[in-house]
Amino acid sequence: MKSSRRRFLQIAGISALGLGAKPVYDAFAKEEHGDKPEIQILKNDKALIAKQWAMVIDTRKLESTEALDPIINACHKIHNVPTKLEDKRHEVKWIWEEGYHHAFPGKANRFLDEKVENTPFLVLCNHCENPPCCRACPTGATFKRESDGIVLMDFHRCIGCRFCMAACPFGSRSFNFRDPRPFIEETNKEFPTRMKGVVEKCNFCAERLAIGKMPACVEASNGAIAFGDLYDPESEVRKLLKTNYTIRRKQGLGTEPSVYYIV
Amino acid sequence: MLELAIKGSKKYYGWMALLLGIIGIGFLVYLKQLDFGLGITGMTRDVSWGFYIAQFTFLVGVAAGGVMVVLPYYLHDYKAFGKVTILGEFLAIASVVMCLLFIIVDLGQPSRIFNVPLYPTLNSVLFWDMIVLNVYLFLNIIIGWNVLEAERNNVHYQAWLKPLIYLSIPWAVSIHTVTAYLYCGLPGRGFWMTAILAPRFLSSAFAAGPALLILLCLIIRRVTNYDPGKEQIQSLAKIVAYAITINVFFFLCEIFVVFYSQVPEHMDHIKYLFFGLQGHGAYVPWMWTSMVLMLISIILLVNPITRKNEGVLTVACIATFVGTWIDKGLGMISGGFVPSPLHHVNEYIPTIPEILIALGVWATGFFVLTILFKIAVSVKEEVRG
Repeated sequence: MKSSRRRFLQIAGISALGLGAKPVYDAFAKEEHGDKPEIQILKNDKALIAKQWAMVIDTRKLESTEALDPIINACHKIHNVPTKLEDKRHEVKWIWEEGYHHAFPGKANRFLDEKVENTPFLVLCNHCENPPCCRACPTGATFKRESDGIVLMDFHRCIGCRFCMAACPFGSRSFNFRDPRPFIEETNKEFPTRMKGVVEKCNFCAERLAIGKMPACVEASNGAIAFGDLYDPESEVRKLLKTNYTIRRKQGLGTEPSVYYIV
Repeated sequence: MLELAIKGSKKYYGWMALLLGIIGIGFLVYLKQLDFGLGITGMTRDVSWGFYIAQFTFLVGVAAGGVMVVLPYYLHDYKAFGKVTILGEFLAIASVVMCLLFIIVDLGQPSRIFNVPLYPTLNSVLFWDMIVLNVYLFLNIIIGWNVLEAERNNVHYQAWLKPLIYLSIPWAVSIHTVTAYLYCGLPGRGFWMTAILAPRFLSSAFAAGPALLILLCLIIRRVTNYDPGKEQIQSLAKIVAYAITINVFFFLCEIFVVFYSQVPEHMDHIKYLFFGLQGHGAYVPWMWTSMVLMLISIILLVNPITRKNEGVLTVACIATFVGTWIDKGLGMISGGFVPSPLHHVNEYIPTIPEILIALGVWATGFFVLTILFKIAVSVKEEVRG
């Protein structure tokens, strides 16, 4: 009797192990055969498409905090970013202002021209072409969308391990250290709010591109921010890159940021 | 054999009750954290990993340190270690249990933890860390339990265990290597991005693990009728002596590279930890204490006169354990986050709730360890008597 119960438990244990290993097995199997299930996502007719979305920020046109604030507010407002959090430790931000020395550490001369020294720089997720955050994520909750190169977050899959935050060399990611909902100024019903314990960041307004609108920051910038396909020679960003000297943040790390700055 | 764990003296029950009390407090604070979120800790946007992950890292080392008794016994047939091997394996089990708990308490959404095996992501080091840690846990449970049971029944352990035992040796190295890879492969984190990180982790592990084991052996000798043995303790002490010396050597290699090259992104973190940066220097006294403790333990352990004196050896082992704990369980993680990638200095100080939860996890580990050691020692007493 006793030994048969033990036997049963052994078999049950091994079976449980087998069930748990199934998804792992599937992952290896998928790599070998490459037969992905056919999933079709229908696109809106007006949807804006690109091979790799990129942004050019003309900092000459954004000289003061007053010029940046409407841009930052536009983004945070439509994305339900909790701006009323008082404790700075719990801060969540998608796009914000930094001085040159912090936006471009390692690139700053000790004696900078006064204009650059005093210019506020907009920083946000760089939607890197080779994103270290996506490499680090253990669940695929953050991923680079193959169709247009946007680095996205699945708030429902994220386990809140914050490996992506350690991996990001730009400090672009925020963690919900507490329930953000009471701290949203005015909830936008068209975009999801987040729960505590998940990571979030700029999504290049993927939800707006899908219905033919430009990103909110671009719209609010009065032409100071350009947005377009990096691999379309006719796009606005490519035209700007052709005619202006631009810099990117921490280019030497090889992550290939998609946000360019005209200084 | 489990029945051996529930037959104990009053002292044994008192100790277990004390641990349960600490676990209870930790658990209540954890419920609070579950409700509020990780905002009750000192972690921030800039320092997004803190005390929990640091304890995890340190304890992976203690777990890996168990191999320092397994390897000589099974691979080199060093018979004397037959008396302590089971203790090393059981220490590894308790340590991995703490590691896994520290990961769980650090998660923002712990209920989603099964997303890791459900969506296996082969390019994530954390996915592999989960695999190596769990396999190491099971290897040690299977090996430790069966070998001990065989010893109790006065028979040789099953032949099929042998390959698993051999596998557990490189596996111990793998757990700490993969844990180092969590950190050292991240662009933009100059403090960790060094190829010596995994070797450094291993050397400090092979010092901290056996040092703790020596202290546990000395306690076992005092509170039970089982003596793990003088020779065994001395051999372990030699292992600690080598490991802690190599650990300090590796650290100095790092210091040379960083301060001779003078690349700010690498240098600033070490400056912050040891001298303070922009007026922030909470870790400065800790880091220097760690250095002094490690140097003291080298002196006491390398010198045979001091090493052979068990009183001095106790001091040296405490110095080793505390020194490596400060280095890894305190400085290693926050040092990598300060200054931030944008070169802001936002210092991280663990909060009281955070420390209480961590203590609860440590107490859980020691609860498991006490049960396992109680069983092991009872079997040893039984076999001998």
